[in-house]
Amino acid sequence: MWNIAVKNERTTEDIALGIRRRVFEHAMRNNGGYLSQACSSAEQLAWLYNEELILGAPTLPMIPKPFGGVPHADNPDYHTGAGYNGPFEPEFDRLFIAPAHYALVAYATLIETGRMAAEGLEMFNKDGSSVEMIGAEHSPGMEVHNGTLGIGLSTAAGLAWARKRKGEKGRVWVYMSDGEVQEGQTWEAIQCCAHHRIDNVKAIMDVNRQQCDGAMDSVMEVGDIKTKMENFGAVVVEVDAHNVNDMREAAKTKHDGKPLIILANSNPFHAMPILEERFPRLHYVRFKSEEERARMNISIAESLGVDPIDYAH
Amino acid sequence: MVEMVSRPYERAFEKHALANPEVLCISADLTSSCEIDKFRDNHPDQFLSMGMAEQNMMSFCGGLGLAGYRPFIHTFGVFTYRRPYDQLMASIAYPRRKVRIMGFLPGITTPGGMTHQAIEDISVMRSMPNMTILETGDATEVESICEAADSIDGPVYCRVLRGSMPRLFDTPIKVGEMRELSLGNDVLIVTAGITTEEAMRATKALEAAGVSVRHLHLHTIKPFNAEAILDHINAVKGGVITLENHVTEGGIGSLVAEVMADNGVGKKLRRLGLKDTYAHGGSRAYLMRYYGLDALALTQGVEDLLGQKLGISEADLAEARVDAVHSLAKAEGL
Repeated sequence: MWNIAVKNERTTEDIALGIRRRVFEHAMRNNGGYLSQACSSAEQLAWLYNEELILGAPTLPMIPKPFGGVPHADNPDYHTGAGYNGPFEPEFDRLFIAPAHYALVAYATLIETGRMAAEGLEMFNKDGSSVEMIGAEHSPGMEVHNGTLGIGLSTAAGLAWARKRKGEKGRVWVYMSDGEVQEGQTWEAIQCCAHHRIDNVKAIMDVNRQQCDGAMDSVMEVGDIKTKMENFGAVVVEVDAHNVNDMREAAKTKHDGKPLIILANSNPFHAMPILEERFPRLHYVRFKSEEERARMNISIAESLGVDPIDYAH
Repeated sequence: MVEMVSRPYERAFEKHALANPEVLCISADLTSSCEIDKFRDNHPDQFLSMGMAEQNMMSFCGGLGLAGYRPFIHTFGVFTYRRPYDQLMASIAYPRRKVRIMGFLPGITTPGGMTHQAIEDISVMRSMPNMTILETGDATEVESICEAADSIDGPVYCRVLRGSMPRLFDTPIKVGEMRELSLGNDVLIVTAGITTEEAMRATKALEAAGVSVRHLHLHTIKPFNAEAILDHINAVKGGVITLENHVTEGGIGSLVAEVMADNGVGKKLRRLGLKDTYAHGGSRAYLMRYYGLDALALTQGVEDLLGQKLGISEADLAEARVDAVHSLAKAEGL
């Protein structure tokens, strides 16, 4: 399989560093971006694509096609961005990225794992591009519309139930964010998986304790996510989101008849410590002044082991 | 007298589902209320209980659709779009999943009051890109709704009647068409669902009072054949009147108004239905009278449209027999 062929060429840690470097460069050039998501999630997405997911070779062009219209009876050539995750074959996994706001990080992951050309990131959030700011169904690596938070796990559960019924080996993975546990649908989805014994669903959740308005505890306390999820019928494992070996071990956890949810406790400033200055408004970091932009450029570049970005050109 | 048919959906769904293994029976804790309890008991492998969790159900069915299944969602219509609107839009309508939403208890056909009465469902679904809307008005249409819905390449919302109902028609739903129930030239009456039977009763009384009635019954609300209805609008002298089991905003009254405005038709239109109001709990007959959705309201609407008193009484309407419409029935055949 394609991913196995490239799996060991680079370490997952190296890919995570590459993801952060790309997101950093992009944020510097565009005066802001989803920087903190790269801090918290780079190892998780790198691990999924580089090690855990069983995916076929991409079926869509390395340089993404422009926006080709939305699904409609009059748009027969419409397709989603799922092809970047390989073909729909019974043995291959699917991945739903529930917080579509992580799109910038996800696109960087596709580039670092050889599934999309670097030119794809240049198209990010440009008018007429399919590489949208909040990942759309037609954006590279996106398989269904997410981003209205809470629908990812339910969709995965439905697909997983269907795949079990058909005897398909491929699993359905969901990338989740912890803010989603404030949505009631998340709990409906877990209880549904448990009731119908849907155990080919696996999720990893970025537990960075942040949401759009700030620290989750200041917006809406959610309590002990692990215990709550277990009570709703999931098998839950907590890991350090920046320790790849933790994730490898967690994924081996037996979860017969139940969904597996890995809670990846992450640091929203990981590898970019200067971002702590912006706490608690980390959801989208837009530089407040040229002075701040320049200072962060130097600091983050140093943290990531690269030269500062020449964003003036 | 018209034939009454008991629980036609129950038999129709079972027949369709057994012939189509990709069809799945989905229920949201209203299994017997939607006449699928026997199906659950007899065919548990094709039945999925989703519980009282409509948001998850909608996205879950989106996932089933992605895998090639064609889930039939069974619950009260109102529960399929009010709470899970976002999920319906993002997980089903946008990606054009072949999910068949069987919305029971349309409009005021339930004594359950505001929380149970889907009075704006057509309006909501009409404004949702990719959604098809079908509505049943008699036993024959309920018997054919599964096949009609399952022929759609994309999601479908159906207003489905349950329990005992008349057989008014003898041909199945043909998606995209409309039924021509009478072809007079004074007024055009447009109805759908349970208001069609009322209009058939009113037609008898109106004809007896000397009004030549043209009556169309709609089972396909979206997509809609504007050209076909335009011909009928142009064929009447005295104007158009719609009667719907729905608010007058966004339903078939609005639909006809749009066709008339789009084509510059300078004729009067009266839209009868729930007038920017919620309903409350009560029997169907009581609610239809209270909110002006019955045959009497229609004859009064025609009087208003024509600007003349017709002298039609409640007794005249009570005596008006409704017979089944045969497939080749013409105006004189009624």
